[in-house]
Amino acid sequence: MTNSQKNKLIDNAFKIFGVACTLFGLIILAILIYDILKTGLTRIDWDFITNLPSRRAQKAGIYTALMGTVWILFLTAIIAFPIGVGAGIYLEEYGKKSKWANFLEINIANLAGVPSIIYGLLGLEIFVRAFNLGGSLLAGSLTLSLLILPIVIVSTREALKAVPSSIKDASVALGASKWQTIWNQTLPASVGGVLTGVILAISRAIGETAPLIVVGALAYVPFAPSSPMDEFTVMPIQIFNWVSRPQHEFAVNSAAAIIILLLITFMMNGVAVYYRNKWQKKIKW
Amino acid sequence: MRTRTQEKIIETLLKLAASITILTTIGIIGVLLYETIAFFKEVSIVDFLTDTEWTPLFAQKHFGILPLVSGTVLTTLIAIAVALPIGLTIAVYLNMYAPKAFRKTFKPMLEVLAAVPTVVYGFFALTVVTPFLQSIYPDLSGFNSLSAGIVMGIMIIPFVSSLSEDALYAIPKTLKEASFGMGATRFQTSFKVMVPAASSGIIVSVILAISRAIGETMIVAIAAGQQPRLTFDPTVPIETITAYIVQVSMGDVPHGSLEYRTIFAAGITLFIFTFLLNTVSFWIKKKYQEKYD
Repeated sequence: MTNSQKNKLIDNAFKIFGVACTLFGLIILAILIYDILKTGLTRIDWDFITNLPSRRAQKAGIYTALMGTVWILFLTAIIAFPIGVGAGIYLEEYGKKSKWANFLEINIANLAGVPSIIYGLLGLEIFVRAFNLGGSLLAGSLTLSLLILPIVIVSTREALKAVPSSIKDASVALGASKWQTIWNQTLPASVGGVLTGVILAISRAIGETAPLIVVGALAYVPFAPSSPMDEFTVMPIQIFNWVSRPQHEFAVNSAAAIIILLLITFMMNGVAVYYRNKWQKKIKW
Repeated sequence: MRTRTQEKIIETLLKLAASITILTTIGIIGVLLYETIAFFKEVSIVDFLTDTEWTPLFAQKHFGILPLVSGTVLTTLIAIAVALPIGLTIAVYLNMYAPKAFRKTFKPMLEVLAAVPTVVYGFFALTVVTPFLQSIYPDLSGFNSLSAGIVMGIMIIPFVSSLSEDALYAIPKTLKEASFGMGATRFQTSFKVMVPAASSGIIVSVILAISRAIGETMIVAIAAGQQPRLTFDPTVPIETITAYIVQVSMGDVPHGSLEYRTIFAAGITLFIFTFLLNTVSFWIKKKYQEKYD
C-alpha cells in the first residue's frame, strides 16, 4: 500500500469514527428518553398530577412539587429578569470602558463558573439565616436568581450588541437622551434575544436540585405552597427523593415525574428557540 | 432639567443592578470563610488536609478531606476520559468533514444533552447504566464512580464539542487551504494544523468541562454512593464533595454545630478548585485571543 493510499484510508476511517461519535451522544439521549417513557408513561394520569405526596407509591402524586416548581419559576423570573437585564444594559451601554465595568465583567465570568451547590451555601447563610426567611419559596428563588444572573446578563449583552449603532446614533441625533434611546430603540430591537436568554436561564433554574436542597427545600411537603413564605418542594427534589428509595414502584414514579419535568424544560427551550428565530427573521438590518 | 435627573437616577439603578454581582461574590467568599474559620477553630487544618478518613457524622469523628477530594477527582477523570475524545472528535468532524446541513442540525441537537436536568442523568446512571455495566462486570457495586463518571462525561460532551468547534471555526480559512494545497488529507490537516492552531480554545473548553464536572452534584449524589473513601477503584461506592454537602443538607443537622460547618469547609475546597480552573481558562483566553486577527 502506498503512502497516499494509507493516508486516504486513515482519513475515511476517521470520518466514520466522527459520525459514530456524533451519533453516540444522540443515541444515548434517545435511550434515556425511551427508557424513561417506557418506565413512566403508563403511570401518568390525572391523579398522579393532582395527588398529594404519599408513602404508598401507588397513591403518591406530584401536586405539591409541581406547584412548588411553578412558584419558583415565577418568583425567579420576577427577581432575576429586572436585575439581570438592568445589569446587562449597564455593562453594554453605560460603563463600557471604565475600570469598574471591566472588573464587573471578570467577576461575572467567574460567577458563571461557580458550582450551583455553592450558591446553595450562600443562600443558606444569607437568605435562610441572616434574612430569616427560613426554607421558604422566597429564599429558594432568591438563591436561584443569583445563580442564573450571569447567564441573563451575558445573553442580554449579546442581544444589545447585535443592534447596529446606526439606530442608536440616529435616535441620539434626533435629540433623544441616552435612556430614551435605550428604552425606545435598543430594547425593542433586541427584545427577542433578551427574552430568549431569560427563558433559557429560567429553564435551567427549574431543573436545579442541589442548591434548593442546601437552602432547605423539603423532600416531603404535605400541602401545596400558597405564599412566597411557605416551605416547599420542587419537581427535581421529588424525583431525587423517589430515586433514592429501593422499591421499584418509586422508580416508576420518578420516571413519570421526569417525563413531566422534561416536558416543561423542553417546552421552555422550544419557546426560546422559536422566539430567537422569529426575532432574527423579522429584523434584518 | 427633569430628564437629566431622571437619566441620572436610571443610570444609578442600572449600576446598582450590576453591582449585585459583586455582592454575590463577596457574599460567597465571606460566607465560606466565616464558617470555615469557625470550623478550623475546632479541627486542625493539618488533620483536615492529611487525615485519610472523613467521618464527621459518626461517633468516631475524622475530618480528613482527602477521601472526598479523591472521590471528586475520580469521577471527574472518568467523565473527562469519556467527554474529551468524543467531544474533540465531534468538533473536528463537524468542522472539517460534515456537510453544512449536518453541522447545522446536529450541533444544536447535541446541546440538548446539556439542557437535561442533572437529576434525570442521575436516574439514568442508577437505573440503566449501572445495571448494564453489571451485566458485563458482575462485581460492580450498585453505587459506583464508574457509572456516575460515564454519565457525567456524556453530559459534558456538548461543552467540549461546541466550544472546541467554535475555536476551530475561528481559525482563518487560509491555514486550512494552505494545508490542503500541500496535498494533506483532511485528517492530516485536522490534527497537524487545525487542532494545534485552535489549541488554546480547545484547552479552555476542556478546563470548563472539568470545572463543570467537579461541581456536578446530582449524578454523583444518586449514583456514586455516600461512602467517603480514599480509593481510585471505580467499582466501589465513594462520595464526592458535592454529594457530601447534599447528604448533610438532607439530614437534620443543627445550625452552628461542627457537623453543620463541615459543609462549608467542604464547600470552600470545591470553590478553590473551580476558582483556580476558571482563572486559568480566563487567563489562557485573554492571552491567546486574537492571535490570528
